[in-house]
Amino acid sequence: MDVVVQLQRQLTDHTASLFHEGFLNEQFNQLQQLQDESNPDFVVEVVSLFFEDSERLLNELAKALEQQAVDYKKVDAHVHQLKGSSSSIGAQRVQAVCIPFRNFCEEQNIEGCLKCLQQVKHEYSLVKNKLETLFKLEQQLIAAGGSFPTL
Amino acid sequence: MLEPPTKITALVVDDDTINQMIHHRLLDNLGIRNQVVRNGKEAIDVHCSGKNFDLILMDMEMPVMNGIEATRKLRAMGIRSMIAGVSTNTRERENFMKAGLDDYQEKPLTTSKLVSILHKVHKDG
Repeated sequence: MDVVVQLQRQLTDHTASLFHEGFLNEQFNQLQQLQDESNPDFVVEVVSLFFEDSERLLNELAKALEQQAVDYKKVDAHVHQLKGSSSSIGAQRVQAVCIPFRNFCEEQNIEGCLKCLQQVKHEYSLVKNKLETLFKLEQQLIAAGGSFPTL
Repeated sequence: MLEPPTKITALVVDDDTINQMIHHRLLDNLGIRNQVVRNGKEAIDVHCSGKNFDLILMDMEMPVMNGIEATRKLRAMGIRSMIAGVSTNTRERENFMKAGLDDYQEKPLTTSKLVSILHKVHKDG
């Protein structure tokens, strides 16, 4: 079977499942629409920035929540940032966990915060994995001589 | 998909690098020459250096000087540019508008939100 066709189908299916399972939302489409011949790597660049930012924030969050006297304002500020950046790239499930997380910060509920941290870490690693697979498929497709339609 | 370059210029004021990148690209894509600064103080400084813009996209929560204060200061300086607040903080929306905004959009910005802002930019600029 034609490798290009096969890869195209894999890419389409994988992308569709990301939306279908709620990992990504319409905002991600917006990013794809901003990619063109003069900005061919736009999506990868923005998403890489998101990965860097998120990893930094998750580390900061873990540290802040380990303190004897937790600075909930600081924790909230980090979650606010994470919520913002995940929403900017359309990482819907990460964004969603940030909402109860902020509520627990306001209540100064350490257990709630720790639970949310686990959840947000989990959602982040899921979406990161899936996006990395998406980019790999795109690269394979291009290498095989195909191209993927930008919506 | 590229619009012919317009004469409209814009300033992006946002501390978040992801938003900076997206807003810059959104504007570029519409043929709008734009500059990016990281907080309200830098927005003031760039105006003090003599630059002027048709449109300012102002984030609200920023370090050093936030969007509400920056908007107030710019208006006090006599800046009549269109200032569109871009934020997620609905609680502060009214205060933000009162500071002197012409428009307010919820983040994340999209092409269509930006187009609706641009329709309000006065054409005789």
